[in-house]
Amino acid sequence: MSGPNTSFDPKQVASLDAAAIDDMVQSALAAIAVAADLDELKDVRLAHAGDRSPLALANREIGALPPAAKAEAGKRVGQARGAVKQALEARQVALEEERDARVLIEETVDVTVPVDRAPLGGRHPLTTLMERVADVFVSMGYDVVEGPEVEAEWVNFDALNIPPDHPARTMQDTFFVSSPESGVVLRTHTSPIQIRTMLDRELPIYVIAPGRVYRTDELDATHTPVFHQVEALAVDKGITMGDLRGTIDHFAEAMFGEGIHTRMRPSYFPFTEPSAEVDLQCFVCRGESVGDPDNPCRTCGSEGWIEWGGCGMVNPRVLQAVGIDPSVYRGFAFGMGVERTLMFRNGVSDMRDMVEGDVRFSLAFGLEA
Amino acid sequence: MRAPLSWLRELVEIPADQTGRDVAALLIRAGLEVETVETIGEGVIGPLVVGRVDHIEELTEFKKPIRWCQVQIGPDAVNGIICGARNFAEGDLVVVATPGTELPGGFRISARETYGKTSNGMICSERELGLGDDHDGIMVLPPGTAEPGTDAKPIIGIGEEILDIAVTPDRGYALSIRGIAREVATAYGAAFVDPGVELADLPAPASGHSLQDCATEAPDGCDLITMRTIVGFDPTAQSPLWMQRRLVACGMRPVSLAVDVTNYVMLELGQPLHAYDKGKLKGVVRAAWAGDGEPFESLDHVKRTLRSDDLVIRDDSGVIGLAGVIGGLHSEIDDATTDIALEAAHFIPEVIARAGRRHKVSSEAGRRNERGVDLNLAPYASARAAALLLEFGGGEYVGMAAVEAPHEPVVIHLPASMPEEVAGMDIPGIMVVRILQVVGCSFEDETADVLAVTPPSWRPDLTDPADLVEEVLRLIGYDELPSTLPTAPLGRGLTAAQRIRRRLGMALAARGFVEVLSYPFVGDAELDVLLLPADDPRRVSARLANPLSEEQPRLRATLLAGLVSAARRNVSRGHGDLALFEIGRVFQGDVRGEGGERPGVQSRPHDDEWARLNELLPHQPHHIAAVLSGAREPEGWWGSARPAGWADAIEAVRVIAEVVGVEVTVEQGSDPVFHPGRCARIVLDGDSIGVAGELHPRVIEAVGLPPRSAGFEVDVDALTRAAGEIRPAPVVGTQPLAKEDLAVVVDHDVSAESVRAAIADGAGGLLESVRLFDVYEGPQVPEGKKSLTFALRFRAPDRTLSAEETAAAREGAVAAAADVCGAVLRQ
Repeated sequence: MSGPNTSFDPKQVASLDAAAIDDMVQSALAAIAVAADLDELKDVRLAHAGDRSPLALANREIGALPPAAKAEAGKRVGQARGAVKQALEARQVALEEERDARVLIEETVDVTVPVDRAPLGGRHPLTTLMERVADVFVSMGYDVVEGPEVEAEWVNFDALNIPPDHPARTMQDTFFVSSPESGVVLRTHTSPIQIRTMLDRELPIYVIAPGRVYRTDELDATHTPVFHQVEALAVDKGITMGDLRGTIDHFAEAMFGEGIHTRMRPSYFPFTEPSAEVDLQCFVCRGESVGDPDNPCRTCGSEGWIEWGGCGMVNPRVLQAVGIDPSVYRGFAFGMGVERTLMFRNGVSDMRDMVEGDVRFSLAFGLEA
Repeated sequence: MRAPLSWLRELVEIPADQTGRDVAALLIRAGLEVETVETIGEGVIGPLVVGRVDHIEELTEFKKPIRWCQVQIGPDAVNGIICGARNFAEGDLVVVATPGTELPGGFRISARETYGKTSNGMICSERELGLGDDHDGIMVLPPGTAEPGTDAKPIIGIGEEILDIAVTPDRGYALSIRGIAREVATAYGAAFVDPGVELADLPAPASGHSLQDCATEAPDGCDLITMRTIVGFDPTAQSPLWMQRRLVACGMRPVSLAVDVTNYVMLELGQPLHAYDKGKLKGVVRAAWAGDGEPFESLDHVKRTLRSDDLVIRDDSGVIGLAGVIGGLHSEIDDATTDIALEAAHFIPEVIARAGRRHKVSSEAGRRNERGVDLNLAPYASARAAALLLEFGGGEYVGMAAVEAPHEPVVIHLPASMPEEVAGMDIPGIMVVRILQVVGCSFEDETADVLAVTPPSWRPDLTDPADLVEEVLRLIGYDELPSTLPTAPLGRGLTAAQRIRRRLGMALAARGFVEVLSYPFVGDAELDVLLLPADDPRRVSARLANPLSEEQPRLRATLLAGLVSAARRNVSRGHGDLALFEIGRVFQGDVRGEGGERPGVQSRPHDDEWARLNELLPHQPHHIAAVLSGAREPEGWWGSARPAGWADAIEAVRVIAEVVGVEVTVEQGSDPVFHPGRCARIVLDGDSIGVAGELHPRVIEAVGLPPRSAGFEVDVDALTRAAGEIRPAPVVGTQPLAKEDLAVVVDHDVSAESVRAAIADGAGGLLESVRLFDVYEGPQVPEGKKSLTFALRFRAPDRTLSAEETAAAREGAVAAAADVCGAVLRQ
């Protein structure tokens, strides 16, 4: 790029001596170092590395030197220009980084502002609790079965060994549909699903039946005329009451944690014989609050046990009513109230919260209770 | 059944250190549900003494009459006590709480100045002592009960423990001290004196008096009737205090000696008894079936109409009792009765249960008779009652008349191995025999493989082998059962319908909807609010025969009724921004016909019987519905709120369809619940399966919801039926995309969907998607027209599309839109 030295001036050749070149480099490096931003650096580049910069001018003068001196001067100026160029590039990178960081900082937002533009809804905890129960049994190979809520009296009562004038019918205060003689009721329990299942399915039967049931109780803090039950039924050859107990134990552990025990107390249900009430060991205090007034347990009332559900071996009369030979097959059934379970499991103190549909209630449980 | 511990101790040797709670724990283990153990007079601290009222001075200068009593409370102690009650006289024995004593509720007695006197203690009423709720006045003890100054607590039963037992319908025997005591004896392995098998000592029948005769004309309703006669009874005689206290402790009210004795013996033995005034009876007293329509006035003054399958007790004057349930008004003993006829009978339980249910009578006698009373007990119980009547009321015993119908003896054939097979653990046959012997069963051959078991007369609930298995297992203890798991066959998981309902709930909740579970009861008010016309199918649903509220006697045929109620409740509680949904059954149409003959239970119902039962039931599909109001998205730092409206309802339905995996189309629809111009009909395969849009302004106003509230309701079962089990995978093309925007002008009334469909149809196979992204009405298009702008995306599976191909497809789309919808390409 050096043209012929048209304005030869022997005095200026002095700028090609080593000290002068070094001064030029030092001056350039100093200017580069103090360039505060990319605009300043651009000016520095022009002044110290541009076509009119001292080093560029010095370079042009090389051509005027005697051939013997040319090589050395060329080398010296080349090295000097290289050093300046390198310093410029380094400073360019540093200043670009600084600029990028500054711009991003300036874009900072307050990430703690609420971002509830599309708030999540919620499912009813009774629904999700029933699903959980079903999942435990599905994992054991059970199928989930359902049945109508308006049910034939024969299915709800007769076939379950509750004959028309049996006192057990008054245990379950029944809503009659249309008329007391219509033969149609709102099912008082999920057990009619047992009957439908046994009539419909091939043996053996392992099913879980969740559902809505009805009794003529007025709504108050602990009663509701519309509530939910979940019921398990197994009918197979060689089923034992030990199997019933083991199934309930497994279920209790799956729902309430490892090591939770259950207890069976003799009781009466027309559709099972033998029958039992099932108590769950308190999953909060695990029985340790019993007799310890200083550490009362609100979940079990310091009883150590929580009444949970009913169970038993399917009454052979029920098997007979659906055409299953009780001398070949036996069965067990186990049922529990979902509302009651939710009350002690999640600490719901008033039944009305479950039925009123106040969004604050369901929202508190999100997508699973 | 309330059982005083001291009464149980009379029949069983319960170890002395055992408290009521200890006994309760064992009974619970054996299957009697002891609900509470309470202590009578709990809260009485300090002395209570028997006092004798020596002198009464009436103080009349106060607003109410007050008595100033001198009460002897010890051999040499007389306290002056102020008393406001008036049901006592000088010489009466009363219960006195002396100063320093504390009564239930923390009420501390002290000497105090009142009515110008210093009252030194209190004369107590039953209620003040926590004995009962009798507040007719203070307690007056029978004459001669005890000397003044005697500790009154044991006399009036303070400190007595009572076990309150909820008796299940199978265990009628536990409705007696006798039955409970037997369980206690079994639990402790203690000796038990059965008071139901020993005849009480009665004097030899006196001659010269006529015996009240009895009979049964209905052996299929009453198979044993006995009648004992007593004459010359003192109608003014009082029950002894101990008897009164026990009746009160068991929750019954002392009335008169004759009534108290029948109640006492019923509580003790479990045999209901009925005492007639013999003077009011005419002819033979007999059990018989009622005449259809025959009138009867029961002792609770209710006039009843009987039916031919009501079992009654009658004499020559007519019906004198609804057998085993409630007596008649006109044959009752009264305070002048001297001649008593005492009936004890055995009735068939189902007959009694039917009568109790039909006539809505719940009586102590009925509760026992409908559960089954010891078949042999009647003469023993009436002997015990007669002896008590004679002891405390005097009179002469005349004798007993009795008629018994023959019985089939009950023998249950129990395979000796059945208990261990059912339990799943070893139970030797001899153990089965021994346990059942404790229950009271007897055996023909204790070593037989199939045991012929005769249950005891007091256990009519034992009829089947399974009943005996339960007895064996409960007496071994359920806690001895092993814990094993059966091997279920491999399951198939949830059904498609079940999975769909779960996914729907999840999807809507994730989009901000909150699930509610409302009651399915509706009435005219709810349906009127929804503006449903009289002939709307949602008005036609089954009605309850016995609704909780006459206001809501019907079952819902629409979920919207419950949802708008829940929405209203939330709005009134300050939550106006709502998206509520429910998934549940609705009930369409009424019950179809009357029940008629029901199948038996001895075998599987015939297919036609089963079909007939199911035909009775209304259609009960699952629906999904929602109500939206207020802001769909809230106001915030990002800007203002976005109000919920018709589009959100339709969008939610689209989500539902996608979740299920079916294609629905949205058409302009109409429904009385919805705004006539903002209502969509949801169509699936040509059938209308739901509705969505803005609620009718008048519905919104009537419910009290924010303006422009919206909603939808869709038949989930219909969606589910259309869902394919397996969805085919799409072809994901990798060739370049060609985009075309297309703006067309159509008449205002032409639906966007019809234009979209025409474009999709006309654009041909290269079209990947078409989406409406702008709707314009205004000066840029002619009056009565609107401009619709669609984004079309084209792609070929195997090549880059040429400009000519894309242009041709676009032209096809334009032509189809023009053809079908009259669309004109917007310039």
